Amino acid sequence: MAADDSRPESGAFFARDSTVHPPALTPSYKTSVARSPKHAKLSLGTTLSEMTGPVFGHDLLGDLDNDLILNFAAPGESAIGPRIVVHGRLLDERRRPVPGALIEVWQANAGGRYRHRKESYLAPLDPNFGGCGRVITDDEGHYCFRTIQPGPYPWPNGPNEWRPAHIHFSIFGHGFAQRLITQMYFEGDPLIPRCPIVRTIPDEAAIRRLIAPLDMNHTIPMDARAYKFDIVLRGRRSTLFENRLEGN
Amino acid sequence: MVQRLDDLKETSSQTAGPYVHIGLTPNFAGISGVYAEDLGKRVIEDGVKGERIVVSGKVMDGTGTPLKDALIEIWQADADGLYNSPSETRGRADPKCSGWGRIPVDMADGSFSFETIKPGRVPHPTGKDQAPHITFWIVARGINIGLQTRMYFSDEEAANKEDPILSRIEHQNRVPTLIAEQDRAGYRFDIRIQGHKETIFFDI
Ligand SMILES: [Fe+2]
Repeated sequence: MAADDSRPESGAFFARDSTVHPPALTPSYKTSVARSPKHAKLSLGTTLSEMTGPVFGHDLLGDLDNDLILNFAAPGESAIGPRIVVHGRLLDERRRPVPGALIEVWQANAGGRYRHRKESYLAPLDPNFGGCGRVITDDEGHYCFRTIQPGPYPWPNGPNEWRPAHIHFSIFGHGFAQRLITQMYFEGDPLIPRCPIVRTIPDEAAIRRLIAPLDMNHTIPMDARAYKFDIVLRGRRSTLFENRLEGN
Repeated sequence: MVQRLDDLKETSSQTAGPYVHIGLTPNFAGISGVYAEDLGKRVIEDGVKGERIVVSGKVMDGTGTPLKDALIEIWQADADGLYNSPSETRGRADPKCSGWGRIPVDMADGSFSFETIKPGRVPHPTGKDQAPHITFWIVARGINIGLQTRMYFSDEEAANKEDPILSRIEHQNRVPTLIAEQDRAGYRFDIRIQGHKETIFFDI
């Protein structure tokens, strides 16, 4: 492993396993109907254009970037809501940690309201909550941020549809082919199995992997509960030899 | 029974939803004071090598309506065909060309536009050179997993003709969906998610 890790990663990515992802067309999530390609995707095989990707240095980050309770709050104030820590590990399909990866998150406030000009839910804005945060994984792929637990909110997919509480995640791996956006849900939320967006994923086990368990061991006593959310990105071949095979 | 492969499964994609800007371009969304500046605002810096160009267009749904909530990321090589990435093993890319951009479409009319340089040619695993191209990744409400496509250049006819990917496409009548046309403002690249002239998307 050590010799392996000292070389830049330049191997081709494993083909994406489409069975863990939602198909493009999922009529019960109505917006997908006009926003789903009808033609099959063309298989390209990864070239350098997908094996490479931008990298973000730790110097990008401000002190409060991973603290959504404080990063938008007025001095001395803090966001309202159940205080939580969300932490986990970013691995690839080969179980190798993915260090130096940028994770960006966004979410509604504790009342289920987003700070966005196109948002019209009657729940109030929290003047001390912006709703965005970011963090870069450490050498072992760990990340951690502090926030308030977002509230569920209604949305106009059907006459009475509610999203389970969730945090949106955007993840950069080391290659552009690994680019991923997903959502994290909270253990025990009865809205999860009712949600048309959750149910775009055809695989029950894959859905369960999006649900973060309460993690009492990482709770900060008298301060914040913890939820653990591990994320897996596509894996890649490690050697030039394997690359050549890929090219033929 | 056989031994079990111990590979993990990739985490499932979920739609970026209507409020993707809050997380990825908060200043654009009106959330100021958290990050100094939105990431990916500039693909190039002054002093960059190569021909400066502007790329603009719209992203359309199956009814021809422009998406007003889409977000695009682009990734490209520098003028010499090198990527500004630790995984680039052939040499060091122009430090003035990050090669990466993040572009939210206009919330009022759905248009997008960015300035960059025309990328150089990058080799394909077969050893052949690829035609100059920019990789696009598009997310929005209603898109369950980010859509990947490529933009090629209409004034690179010879390179496009011998490109190992473009030339392998079975439905050659769809190839023009990947080629940006030149107009007075620069290059025009419209992306049609569905329907007439549906853009070719790639499984990469
Ligand atoms: Fe949401």
